[in-house]
Amino acid sequence: MSSRNGDRGLGARLYTGEKSFNIIGRRKTWYGISSILILISLGALLFSGLSLGIEFKGGSSYTVNKSGIAVEEARSVVEATGIPGGVIVQKIGDDKVRIQTGSLTVAQSNSVEDALVKAFNVPIESIDTQIIGPSWGKEITKKALYGLFGFLLVVVIFLAMTFEPKMALAAILAVIHDVFITVGIYAVVGFDVTPATIIGFLTIMGYSLYDTVVVFDKVRENTKSIAATGKSTYSDAANLAVNQTIVRSINTSIIALLPVASILFVGAGLLGAGTLKDLSLSLFIGLAVGTYSSIFIAPPFLASLREKEPAMIALRKRVEARGGAPVVAAVAPSRPIEGRGPRNQPKRKGRK
Amino acid sequence: MSTPSKTVKSSGRPARALALLAVLILGLLATVLVQGATSLRLGLDLRGGTSVTLQPRASNDSDKITAEAIDQAVEIIRQRVDSLGVAEAEVTSQGSGTNRQILISVPGDSGRRVVDLVGQTAELRFRQVLATAVGLPGSGTDTATPIAGISPEANAAFAALDCTNPESLQGTGADEPSQLILACDRTGGSKFILAPAEVLGQQVSKAEYGVDQQTGTQFIVSLTFNGEGTKAFGALTSRVTSLPSPTNQVAIVLDGLVVSAPSINEAIPSGSAQITGNFTKVEAEDLANVLKYGALPLAFDRGEVQQVSPTLGADQLNAGLLAGLLGLVLVFLFTLFYYRALGLVTIGSLFVAAALLYLSYAILGESIGFTLTLAGIAGTIVSIGTTADSFIVYFERIRDEVREGRTLRSAVESGWARARRTIVVADMVGLIAAVLLYFFAVGGVRGFAFALGLTTIIDLIVIFFFTKPMVTLLAKMNFFASGHPLSGFSAKSIGLKGSSDGNVKIAQSDDAKTVVTKSENLEAK
Repeated sequence: MSSRNGDRGLGARLYTGEKSFNIIGRRKTWYGISSILILISLGALLFSGLSLGIEFKGGSSYTVNKSGIAVEEARSVVEATGIPGGVIVQKIGDDKVRIQTGSLTVAQSNSVEDALVKAFNVPIESIDTQIIGPSWGKEITKKALYGLFGFLLVVVIFLAMTFEPKMALAAILAVIHDVFITVGIYAVVGFDVTPATIIGFLTIMGYSLYDTVVVFDKVRENTKSIAATGKSTYSDAANLAVNQTIVRSINTSIIALLPVASILFVGAGLLGAGTLKDLSLSLFIGLAVGTYSSIFIAPPFLASLREKEPAMIALRKRVEARGGAPVVAAVAPSRPIEGRGPRNQPKRKGRK
Repeated sequence: MSTPSKTVKSSGRPARALALLAVLILGLLATVLVQGATSLRLGLDLRGGTSVTLQPRASNDSDKITAEAIDQAVEIIRQRVDSLGVAEAEVTSQGSGTNRQILISVPGDSGRRVVDLVGQTAELRFRQVLATAVGLPGSGTDTATPIAGISPEANAAFAALDCTNPESLQGTGADEPSQLILACDRTGGSKFILAPAEVLGQQVSKAEYGVDQQTGTQFIVSLTFNGEGTKAFGALTSRVTSLPSPTNQVAIVLDGLVVSAPSINEAIPSGSAQITGNFTKVEAEDLANVLKYGALPLAFDRGEVQQVSPTLGADQLNAGLLAGLLGLVLVFLFTLFYYRALGLVTIGSLFVAAALLYLSYAILGESIGFTLTLAGIAGTIVSIGTTADSFIVYFERIRDEVREGRTLRSAVESGWARARRTIVVADMVGLIAAVLLYFFAVGGVRGFAFALGLTTIIDLIVIFFFTKPMVTLLAKMNFFASGHPLSGFSAKSIGLKGSSDGNVKIAQSDDAKTVVTKSENLEAK
């Protein structure tokens, strides 16, 4: 049986610090990448904007369940009723056609329904309709924004009470980063934004925080006594924490992604469009961005904040005076037996 | 140095925790059976139906929009909806204070009828006709000052009024009874100048629909006035009979639109009147119901109308179930692949969570009318991931502890002490998110937030009362404690070097020392 280091799993090597990705140290790289992504997002938002669904703009949508209806035919039937504004006709699967119009009055909406019933010879009950009043969209938008800010506020307070205030700040920054980039992707690609999408966004913020909480919990543990031992800087200890939790982060993300992916697959594949697709698409995108930020943005940002503290600057000087031996593994607070564990192992000479 | 005995103490009593969980599940099951709520209540988007959200119209006097007025409106709308005789139709209000919406959901395919029935304010007025013309702009100019009391402005506005414009057929629902008004009829065919109202809807004591005795085919609505109304209607009719046409007509105005404007040939002192207006049977029936229960205290706008056919409902239900099944299978495969036998604990935990969730949904459906919507199904599926996440946090923590040099049995306890904190904090964040989503979201997406919140609580119950005790029990089994290759705790999967035949040995890479810990011996006691 081999006992060479190479046989050990990546997780274990990351845990002991034997193998380490320098994530905190290269924070400028990550900040750079994210800045570019955020700039692209802002640009796309300004120039192309989001394509909002009828729920936000007001409008009506009619889905006729009958196979063999040509898009053009449906369009001409609806346009013949003389309703104001444009008409968008989409084919969903083989046996459905969805017609979207601008904001209509009840009378106009009824005349569209009657025209469809007559032209395609379907019972009126089989037409799925959704009618959104013009002022309703404003209500929805307002609520979504309240939800967003209320959520951020409450979570900052909660995290600041549970963790350190700077951790709360870093976690929220990571969340805002996620929202920006996710919204940016929507603007660039031009996916429809519906209330379901917004709910997806808000859920993602919860997820992203969940991931960040897991990483920060470890950071806090690793940095608890660094000032006393003087063996590593805050950044080094935080970097070890990130490496120790990386396998966990990736696993939790994969497991969270699997059900979301199946909703996306079924929602987009079988139903074509609607709540399931909108929700899972924003979850899917946000989850990927959230995983990235909880590894590459939140911990480096936290380290940047903490390294500015006088105590941490002093610590850094002390560590550097010792010759800058990098940390191999942090101190675990409760250890059953002294003389074991990475802290007591010979220091490694360097890290790649 | 921490004492091992402390860790032993924190292992709790796994059997007791499992017994508590069993009691909880049996309790829920008994509740379900007692309630007879063995199946879930599905939302309209899953079984077909119409939902309408009404919001108070912004043009209402702002001091009229009060919580009492909305409560009263809910009550009146409920009576109107009940008159349809559809089982399980619901009328509720959502939101707080004056910023409330009224939610109406009616299963089945009554569609447009529901929308018409609930949306109208049903403000009924009887007004004398002062002038009338065909409903086109430009017509009616010949009525230049026909009667004293019509201002030139009103006359000009009357001439310009275009009843073929759909805007004019919206109905204002807020015509001031003491004012002279301009109005179109419901079809847009003619327009009227009407005198101030003399009889009001609240003076109607009874409304019934029936067939016109004279024609025998037309559907009509007969009204009976109360004492005050009888007097006022008698006075109005006796006054106009002798006047020239069109001023001998009395217009019956509903929400600002003229339903009919019959000529009055003789005074009607009997206190009853009939509305004829080319109604179908259903229209006459609905109008009678609307008038019977009275006008809404406020005008409302239809914020959102959603009509789902039973076919689409069934499609959405199947898609939701399929997505859930697929998600579950993928998560099972992943955990089995990655955590081997330990993955079985995850699967068991998810089954326990599913059982708790199903029972909770069933009980909530019966007790607070919770309905499972497509968004709720999506929330439930998404929560498979978050629930499984907390198991991973715990399992990885155990592995970390073993890497730190603990035996499996001690790692299970010390890993739990730390993972517990992470899981509780993370779940609290999830719960905050769910609660806020619930209060800020409107309509269907609330179901998503509800599902997310409920599953977060269930996640906590499951990990405390099932997953953790199960792992404690399993760690005592030789299969796991010895680090069998399939146990998920083998030296190889944890990443320790060592053999697969002995106990999990603590062997750090650069440290050849192999330690069978003392703590293990202590724990054995």
